[in-house]
Amino acid sequence: MKNKNLYNYILGIADNSLILGQRLGELTGHGPSLETDIACTNISLDLFGQVRSYYQYAAKIAGDDRTEDDIAMLRKEREYFNVLLVEQPNTNFAYTIVRQFLFDVYHYLFLTELQKSHDVTLVAIAKKSIKEVSYHKRFSTDWLKRLGDGTTESKQKTQQAVNDLWTYTEELFYTTQADNAMISEGIAVDVTKFKANYYQNVNAVLTEATLDIPESKFFQKGGKQGIHTEHLGYLLSDLQYMQRTYPNMEW
Amino acid sequence: MSEAQIKSLEKQFDDRIARDEKIEPKDWMPEKYRKTHIRQMSQHAHSEIVGMLPEGNWITRAPSLRRKVALLAKVQDEAGHGLYLYSATETLGISREEMYEQLHTGKAKYSSIFNYPTVTWADMGAIGWLVDGAAIINQVPLCNTSYGPYARAMIRVCKEESFHQRQGFEIMLKLANGTPEQKEMAQDALNRWWWPSLMMLGPTDDVSTHTEQSMKWKLKRKSNDDLRQQFIDQTVPQAELLGLTIPDKDLKWNESRQSYDFGEIDWDEFWQVVKGHGPMNKVRMKARVDAWEKGAWVRDAAMAHAEKKRNKKQKQAV
Repeated sequence: MKNKNLYNYILGIADNSLILGQRLGELTGHGPSLETDIACTNISLDLFGQVRSYYQYAAKIAGDDRTEDDIAMLRKEREYFNVLLVEQPNTNFAYTIVRQFLFDVYHYLFLTELQKSHDVTLVAIAKKSIKEVSYHKRFSTDWLKRLGDGTTESKQKTQQAVNDLWTYTEELFYTTQADNAMISEGIAVDVTKFKANYYQNVNAVLTEATLDIPESKFFQKGGKQGIHTEHLGYLLSDLQYMQRTYPNMEW
Repeated sequence: MSEAQIKSLEKQFDDRIARDEKIEPKDWMPEKYRKTHIRQMSQHAHSEIVGMLPEGNWITRAPSLRRKVALLAKVQDEAGHGLYLYSATETLGISREEMYEQLHTGKAKYSSIFNYPTVTWADMGAIGWLVDGAAIINQVPLCNTSYGPYARAMIRVCKEESFHQRQGFEIMLKLANGTPEQKEMAQDALNRWWWPSLMMLGPTDDVSTHTEQSMKWKLKRKSNDDLRQQFIDQTVPQAELLGLTIPDKDLKWNESRQSYDFGEIDWDEFWQVVKGHGPMNKVRMKARVDAWEKGAWVRDAAMAHAEKKRNKKQKQAV
């Protein structure tokens, strides 16, 4: 492949949306209310829409007979480059919201910067996606405040989710070799530049939600190099089931 | 109110419906009309919500991204239908919580078809094609029903349902034209969903209750048997187009009736499922009750937060 770094860079972006979209899709029909059910499904739909644009572009760059579905569903576990945060399970609605919020704040800042890329296709995807993500961020921010500053029980559950998921935040700002190569070409976003801004935004909302900002300085990473938590394998067995069981068929 | 006064109101009410005028929430209505509509509309809303489960079962395993997006959108539409049908029912003086309570305790029913399992991907095609197909036949006449909020909700529901039906047929078409394994999967789905789909149109006319009154109120325009015949006549040619065989050895074109004759429906199975003993009744209900119970702390938090915000605003205003 001529442009392996660009290909890997796109996968890194798209895999986040793929895996988070898949997680949210698990919840459809099981939400705490009809309205939240619709909203979570809607976010999942937006993410899969973005995923398709990215993978179609990646398939074009690969330049062989790979399709968007091959890229999405036929890689091995070590070949997915999403961050660990998005693969964390829907332990309860607090985890779903906190995971969403911690990702949305990042995703919004990321897409803001991606619009300045030298790659016109990525710019176009970013411009379309940021409108959707701005809604996702509003949804998860509003719910974080409701849950944090709601009842004693909701506060306790939400604080627990924040404490547990906090360890996955720093990885959002880790850059791989493909990232660095693409940053130097003016194509990729240098995520380290908005790290401070990210934590400022996150901390402000946590404070407003009357939640404590975790003090832990121990962080987990690995997803961007394909080393995942044990959760991902199970998610992939659902995601890949049909493509693996019935290879080379059209649906 | 005297009996004579009520009689006169009822007469005016019936005349309005006969003139095709819509009844609106604030209008006077006989108690029986209100109750019948609550029963039918909430049952309809419940069917949308429970109906999300068998299809939701395949969201994480959809075979392609395109199919996954379409399935997510379809299930989301069903949630939307549930939402505006519940809202329309609320105009009759019942809360959504009360309706949920009736669903969870088994007092209110939902469409029995959702008590069958979705075991392969082809079931997503068969549900869209057959189940939504039968639903449309049931529902199109409701776009002209007498109760305004219901009629308006149904116009929107029907538009989306016919899109879902085409989408389901398209899934079947792809399978039917695919590999032998895919075609077999499609045939198997048709075999399993055909009879339950015929049952969806309701018991035969000789045992169906409520029909006469429902006809007068335009809750029903045609009898169950007529609707079923319409569904069969419309669906058989579609199955032929797919190259699939309808699992009924007695199915035969009747030249003199210009309709298909068809075999005996297993009504024992129908009543067994209606009474709660189908393959998935308990699982479906448990999923709904679990979602509701596990969501209680979330709904409580939202209420408590809104209350805090209101208090804050009031304090600021003082």
